[in-house]
Amino acid sequence: MTEAPPYPQKRTCPYEPPAGYREIGERGPVLKVTLFDGREAWMVTGYRESREILTHPNLSSQRTHPGFPIVAPRFRSQIARTLALIAMDPPVHDVYRRYLNPHFSLKSVRRMRPEIERIVAGFVDRIVEHGPPADLVPLLAVPLPSLVICRHLGVPYEDHDFFQDASGKVMLGTEEESATAAQDLFDYIDRLVAEQIKDPSDGLLGTLVRERVVTGDIGHDELVSIALVLLIAAHETTSSSLALGVITLLEHPEQLALLREDPDRLPGAVEELLRYIATTDLVATRVAKGDIEIAGHLIREGEGVLVSGTLANRDAAVHQRADELDVLREDSHHLTFGFGIHQCLGQNLARMELEVAFKELFTRIPGIRLAAPVGELPILGAGTVQRVLQLPVAW
Amino acid sequence: MTAVWVSADQERCISGGRCMAATSEVFDQDEDGLVVVLTPQVAPELEDRVRKAAYLCPSRAIRIGDGPSEG
Repeated sequence: MTEAPPYPQKRTCPYEPPAGYREIGERGPVLKVTLFDGREAWMVTGYRESREILTHPNLSSQRTHPGFPIVAPRFRSQIARTLALIAMDPPVHDVYRRYLNPHFSLKSVRRMRPEIERIVAGFVDRIVEHGPPADLVPLLAVPLPSLVICRHLGVPYEDHDFFQDASGKVMLGTEEESATAAQDLFDYIDRLVAEQIKDPSDGLLGTLVRERVVTGDIGHDELVSIALVLLIAAHETTSSSLALGVITLLEHPEQLALLREDPDRLPGAVEELLRYIATTDLVATRVAKGDIEIAGHLIREGEGVLVSGTLANRDAAVHQRADELDVLREDSHHLTFGFGIHQCLGQNLARMELEVAFKELFTRIPGIRLAAPVGELPILGAGTVQRVLQLPVAW
Repeated sequence: MTAVWVSADQERCISGGRCMAATSEVFDQDEDGLVVVLTPQVAPELEDRVRKAAYLCPSRAIRIGDGPSEG
């Protein structure tokens, strides 16, 4: 009982927490867990406590710190430890974030809506042409975020196959695969940035060259590091949330019917799905750079700290009927995008892609249903992005 | 009834846009993506949504008080 339980654990249902998380939640809101390498780290499972610690000045993202908790073998790589923004603390983090905020604000993302609608309509056209059964992973969930971020950044779309494959391996491959793919991606972006500096295009990379490289704020290496993070972060998270969202709605037909009745309910439904699915099982991996007192515990300088989105999103202290999917709920607030200064830069882009995709898919293919039992869908991921490898549907 | 006033700190803002999504009558974003308060004195019917906006703000940039903010 007093032993620190293992974390993360694998899900058996794509959208439900693993059975072992119940005990972890009951022992929360703050407890110690055991990582894959046998080390221990603090785990925060309460919603309020997560908000509190994620805004605590002693919480650090410095992945090169010897006490930084490693939650899966692939995060041992040098590239994973030095990611721009993600592995940075203020003041450098805040400077970089300000370079990017104008290009991911809610207002700028809303201007991208017509283009995202055109892209989604094109993918759904191909699904309809393909006919049932159709696998929505390669036909929609994977290529949509890839195409959207390629267009936004100004990355040539003909390179997106390489790109999709490499970023997938960085996030979800074995330790060797992840390191090799990260290096390939790095080399590719390195060349791309060099080209952009010579001849900036209209995309975000070209804009950053004009706004920040020409002015001397950042150089080639910094832009490579920013581009790498934007590409990696945009892919798996949105792709997985899209696939898991479709599965969850198809498995809750009464909830889907509420959306069909009134499509204005979609933005609220997207929030609820983000809460319920908790695609990013762990929403924060940090190290204490000074002592932190929280919920009667003392976290000492140098100790690792994790925040469980899966558990915080279903905290009965702040959510009514926390384990129930309810697309009409008012209390759909969640930590799937994190909280504090590191909260997801691309959150509004992700929301829009999900909203537009759900709307188009369920409107154009009204008879859509899963073509395999949900328990048989191959799933991957523990501790980072929860993913299904196939999503066969029929109609 | 006491009026509620809202202010926002651009230095803290990280452009999450949760405030604008919750209450576009009160919050906007400027060209840098940073929060702008359109109407510092909050209409009573918007108070609940402004409080929600403040709660959702990841960088705690929104302050609610019973008078106009000092500078």
